[in-house]
Amino acid sequence: MQPRVGLFVTCLVDLMRPSVGFAAARLIEDAGCTVTVPTGQTCCGQPAYNAGDRKTARELALQTIRAFGDCDFVVAPSSSCAAMLRLHYPALFKGQGETELEAKAFAERVHELTDFLANVRRKTETSARFVGRVVHHDACAGLRELGIKNAPRRLLSSVAGLELVEAPETTACCGFGGLFSVKYPEVSTAIADRRIEDLTSTAPDLVTAGDLGCLIHLAGRLHRTGNPLPCRHVAEVLAGELAAPPIAGRAGDTAP
Amino acid sequence: MTPATRTFRENARTALGDAKLAKALGGLPTGLVAQRAAAKARVPEFETLRTAARDIRDHTLSNLDVYLSAFADKAEAAGARIHWAADAAEARTVIAHIALKNGARLVAKGKSMISEEIALNAYLESLGLEVFESDLGEYLVQIRNETPSHIIVPAIHLSRDDVEADFRRHHAHLVPDRDLSTPEALVAEARAVLRERFLAADIGITGANFLVAETGSAILVTNEGNGDLSAHLPKTHIVLASIDKIVPTLADAATLLRVLARSATGQDMTAYTSLLTGPRLQADPDGPAECHIVILDNGRSEMLRSGLGEALRCIRCGACLNHCPVYNAIGGHAYGWVYAGPIGAVLTPAFLGVDQASDLPSASSFCGKCEEVCPVRIPLTSLMRTWRERSRATSGSALQRMALAAWSFAARRPRLYHAATRLGIAMLSALGRSRGAFRRLPFARGWTASRDFPAPQGRTFQQLWAERERGVPR
Repeated sequence: MQPRVGLFVTCLVDLMRPSVGFAAARLIEDAGCTVTVPTGQTCCGQPAYNAGDRKTARELALQTIRAFGDCDFVVAPSSSCAAMLRLHYPALFKGQGETELEAKAFAERVHELTDFLANVRRKTETSARFVGRVVHHDACAGLRELGIKNAPRRLLSSVAGLELVEAPETTACCGFGGLFSVKYPEVSTAIADRRIEDLTSTAPDLVTAGDLGCLIHLAGRLHRTGNPLPCRHVAEVLAGELAAPPIAGRAGDTAP
Repeated sequence: MTPATRTFRENARTALGDAKLAKALGGLPTGLVAQRAAAKARVPEFETLRTAARDIRDHTLSNLDVYLSAFADKAEAAGARIHWAADAAEARTVIAHIALKNGARLVAKGKSMISEEIALNAYLESLGLEVFESDLGEYLVQIRNETPSHIIVPAIHLSRDDVEADFRRHHAHLVPDRDLSTPEALVAEARAVLRERFLAADIGITGANFLVAETGSAILVTNEGNGDLSAHLPKTHIVLASIDKIVPTLADAATLLRVLARSATGQDMTAYTSLLTGPRLQADPDGPAECHIVILDNGRSEMLRSGLGEALRCIRCGACLNHCPVYNAIGGHAYGWVYAGPIGAVLTPAFLGVDQASDLPSASSFCGKCEEVCPVRIPLTSLMRTWRERSRATSGSALQRMALAAWSFAARRPRLYHAATRLGIAMLSALGRSRGAFRRLPFARGWTASRDFPAPQGRTFQQLWAERERGVPR
């Protein structure tokens, strides 16, 4: 029997870019799993948690844990949300007996999408095609909290026609940081400009990342400064789901 | 110094507009950051050392009473006088008392962040004493009437041109047309000026990197030797250190020294590592006749009590500043008080009160680089989050707090959430899809002032997935 994977779609993908959710679902199905999308999920609670509202974060954590009760795995197309589910949920219930055990048991089943595909399902081949140079930006949560670096690169390398290039600085933050981006917009934007300079120094045709937060921030800044460099979630490229315009692109504008 | 932490936002904006500052900070990635990486690469066991360093610090902080009294006994046996200071005012008074009793007029200072923390120079000057900083960077900020903008590189915000101009202005007694075009010439001039002052100083005040309980010694690391001159030349030496500087043994200190310089400057060791134990003994060729050690609490016991003790592991290497994208963008002065960067964001609210400094722990993208490089593995983001919890009611704008509250309310009610978001997203998408992104959005100026906001695709994933489940083609 195929493993049952609950897709934690993330609020940003749900609201901003459902095409990423469909791409993720396709990739998980292609890796031999059935996908379910519990309707009891909303937000992982990270904005509340990082704003210092532990009570709301706990309530959302319990809501999420229970919504995915019947899944073998929980997969999120975001390392930031996956890290919240995997690392911070158990921390939120530390010392709370049964609830802590429940959070820990849940956390063990949680994976970021590319990590799940490459390391849990051992599926590093894709049938997708993309002709061009791609630079991949690592979200900080994936890199430093979950240790994800190779998985998206191995998967991207299997895309026919795709040339993967590395930015000189491989571990830099893009400056998004959730609510940080609106609380301290000038600082956040200054960090983005530095990251964009670094990413664009490789003359890429496309920027990918595994987190829509980083992407909306980077694409929003690129668009504002008149830079036409497109940005897409890595799942879209891996699934060959390129029909939707890139992030911040106009309707009908599908290239690349 | 008067804290400017409450104006953090304006400070940051001003700093971002300062091209000279950007140029000075632009040297960090290829400078201290690259040097640390190279130093770490030369020590295969570096990660193990970090864990050992952390464990030493945790063990010491859990047994602080034992090691503090052991240190005091040993130091007194070596002839030093111990002074306990509960807060900044007590420390200042003790030091002033020693100085005045000795009829001191000129004070040589080694670099000490604790002396910045208690605003010592201004106090001594108010009593008619003359104080000179002997660390080159500290000397530069002193003659400019500024404060350090980095824990270990106080004048990191200055350029060579600034230094030349300051020297010409401040050293007006020297030949006006002298050549100051090279860093070597500048260092030589500082050295000559400072050497005369060292010889005339009545009292030397230094900090301490560590206080060793086993021997009663203060360990001082510098690259300029100025700490040794401050400690040895004047008749009286005062060590100013906080309670968290204690280490149990010399072996423990050695472990910490192995990670300290590598994390700070990428050196295997600093140029000078001095163990200072009591005053001059009869057989010693030189050294101070009197040695005083002022041990300061200033809120640290309270930090230990209130769940912030991990911050006291800090050995002041500055690596978290060097690697922080926020510090790299705005520099140290924007933080508004003595300690900048991630460690400053954790320490400053403890010293000033979180109501005075709630922006500092809030202004972090939580990228985690600071934790990745911290030689004693301080969980800096968790500690910043702790401060966010303690200042939640007042953090951010009223509109932002309301928006987050509304979001939290809806997010805990999935049916309401899905219905409301479906409607909102459909509207937003209808307005913006043809252009791809919004240049301006009501209530979202924080975003759209500098970035376009991508238009949503139109329908929510939950909505589309439900249709797919019902067999409706996408």
